[in-house]
Amino acid sequence: MSRNRSSKHPLDNLLRIDRIPHIWCSGCGTGTVFSSSLIAIRSTVPDLTKTAMVSGIGCSGRGAGYVNLDSYHTTHGRAIPFATGLKLANPELTVVVFSGDGDLFAIGGNHFLHAARRNMDLTVICVNNFNYGMTGGQAAATTPFLAKTSTTPLGNPEPPFNLPLLAYASGATYVARWTMLHTRDLTQSIAEALSRRGFSFIEVLAPCPTGYGRRNKQRPIDSLKLFQEKSIVKNGADPAEVILDFKQGITLGKFVEYDRPTFLEAYDKICKKAQ
Amino acid sequence: MKFWRVPLDTQEIVISRGVVYIVEERCKGCGYCIEYCPRGVLQASERFNAKGYHTPEVKQPDLCVNCHYCEAICPDFAIYSVEVPLQAGAVQTDHSS
Amino acid sequence: MKPAVLTGVHFLDGDSACAEGALAAGCRFFAGYPITPATEIAVRMAERLPEVGGIFIQMEDEIAAMAAILGASCAGTKSMTATSGPGFSLMMENIGLGVTMETPCVVVNVQRAGPSTGLPTLGAQGDMMQARWGSHGHYEIIALAPASPQEMFHQTINAFNLSETYRLPVLIMADEIVGHLSERVVIPEASKIRLRSRPRPRGRKDRFKPYHPGPDGVAPMANAGEGYSVHFTGLTHDERGYPVMTAEAQAEMLSRITGKIRSNLDKIVEVEEYRLEDAEIALISYGISSRSSLAAVDEARRRGIKAGLLRLITVWPFPEKTIRELAKRVKCLITVELNLGQIHLEVQRCAGGIAPALLVGHAGGTAITPEFILQNIMESHEQKSFLKTSA
Repeated sequence: MSRNRSSKHPLDNLLRIDRIPHIWCSGCGTGTVFSSSLIAIRSTVPDLTKTAMVSGIGCSGRGAGYVNLDSYHTTHGRAIPFATGLKLANPELTVVVFSGDGDLFAIGGNHFLHAARRNMDLTVICVNNFNYGMTGGQAAATTPFLAKTSTTPLGNPEPPFNLPLLAYASGATYVARWTMLHTRDLTQSIAEALSRRGFSFIEVLAPCPTGYGRRNKQRPIDSLKLFQEKSIVKNGADPAEVILDFKQGITLGKFVEYDRPTFLEAYDKICKKAQ
Repeated sequence: MKFWRVPLDTQEIVISRGVVYIVEERCKGCGYCIEYCPRGVLQASERFNAKGYHTPEVKQPDLCVNCHYCEAICPDFAIYSVEVPLQAGAVQTDHSS
Repeated sequence: MKPAVLTGVHFLDGDSACAEGALAAGCRFFAGYPITPATEIAVRMAERLPEVGGIFIQMEDEIAAMAAILGASCAGTKSMTATSGPGFSLMMENIGLGVTMETPCVVVNVQRAGPSTGLPTLGAQGDMMQARWGSHGHYEIIALAPASPQEMFHQTINAFNLSETYRLPVLIMADEIVGHLSERVVIPEASKIRLRSRPRPRGRKDRFKPYHPGPDGVAPMANAGEGYSVHFTGLTHDERGYPVMTAEAQAEMLSRITGKIRSNLDKIVEVEEYRLEDAEIALISYGISSRSSLAAVDEARRRGIKAGLLRLITVWPFPEKTIRELAKRVKCLITVELNLGQIHLEVQRCAGGIAPALLVGHAGGTAITPEFILQNIMESHEQKSFLKTSA
């Protein structure tokens, strides 16, 4: 039996329901990643009032506007340094950065590198839809080689980043990659990231039917089928060896997890001398 | 499932049951829930919602096992399942092969 | 822990005095990036903040520094950054974010000669218009111009108070000369220093609207972690903080963020008058140039010329009313600044042709000498018809 009426969705109290339905397209992966993040937040965080979400600009960046927590929609690429200031000024906050591949790794690349290097206590969720969706589907640093986008109409001449390797090399202490299809693994990864201290990075592959999918002959269901068929889960894989190729395979899993002092832990220890 | 022999505790296995609720005005007709429901509970309906999307509808309500996958995969917070509490002492067996 | 307020008499350079002023104002977060001639502020904050329980972080660039101080402010901590021209240019986008989110913070620009890399170690005052209009879009900003290390101390406290009261980034437009010269700085007792903090919300948390203005036009501010579930965005937003894409919402938001400044001008704008009561020639200056102007005024008076100085402590919002009134009673206005005419344009605008508005400008790199200013005063004084001179 089912009833088609506006019943209360279990995540409604974590959403600004006066702004739902949201602006994400039909079949957009951002909504699913966002939903998985909210489920993880709800089940992990001890105090929702001390949880904040920071986002940048882009489709993923709109996420901060839909969550019923303290949320900050900042400038393009600058979510991570903003989140750094937020966290350092009030270390009791659990700060989640929810942003996209363009925002975090092109304009925001430098900030990502340094926050990872410092092991800033942040959870960074990157919705990777292989393009700049909000502005109409331009090439990004994660667009596959030869793919079509609006600024590479004849094919992308650039190879994409290997984001898990980049994160690991910069010093991130938790690195995972999932797709939005793998909702349970994703939710669990986010929950782990929220519960631990240090810089946690989770890359989530998502379809962008309007921007990327439309130009690369991937209907929304096709993208999900590719995620399903080509994914190989290899927990603990070496980030240098993970692949992301729609023909050869997509390595998923939790690749890196280790502990080292966070920025604040190191700073507090060093500054004890001054007090 | 085809068994070589029937497991000894078959009679005691309790399979959860669920009820699916669809928040029609939020649905954008992506079809993910329909495609990925492991039990084939949903299908696209002929109806449109106010935005012009074909929402899902339940075609096989008895098959829902409350796995919440439709709820998890939906990008639009438009569908969720709720457990149907079983009556005490009732035993449910799964006859679908 | 050491005291935040180093009460006593010190011999300090302007940069150090600025840092001490910030600490005395309650600043407990500094994110910065090294740049001559502002590095000393960062260095002093790096030494002092751990002593007072604050946090210092050197960010990877000025863009990150500005973003970080906004984040810290949203968490409830008074925060500051310091830079010079090239860094100031980089910070512009996020200054706009601070204006739109209505986030209190202080940005110090110890100006050096530009444009571009310019003269890193030599002072100028060439960023004054950039301070007003540097970020895109139309907005109001508050910018102060300290003229001595003592003022660096006091005006930094003033900057924090203004930023908290009116909820926006406040700029301190110092210059390398004031920043690097050392003078006597008297730091009062902490109890004598008046501090302001952001207006706080009252009433039910679930009914709170983050941008509903109070009686003075400023909305109370809820910080992160206090249970208000606020949403702050750089998109044009309504009183709930939610983005709204209409011209009406734009008009309403701009009217609120400009109105809160424009309707409180008498509380914000501060000028100092020196021998202006019977002046015929009024010098208008700020920062280091006002120091040279003071000497020029005294020497002119000794020679029988009725000169006076209007020193701008607040450069933005520009003291329009004061200039308009002044233009009615003096024979000539002379703007003295270390650039080729920026505040001069404002003086010209406000003088409205009632009195000639002249300029003693300089490309930058060294202070304008009192002798040069005096020469210009005397030439203006000897003009038979003032309308012949042009800037």
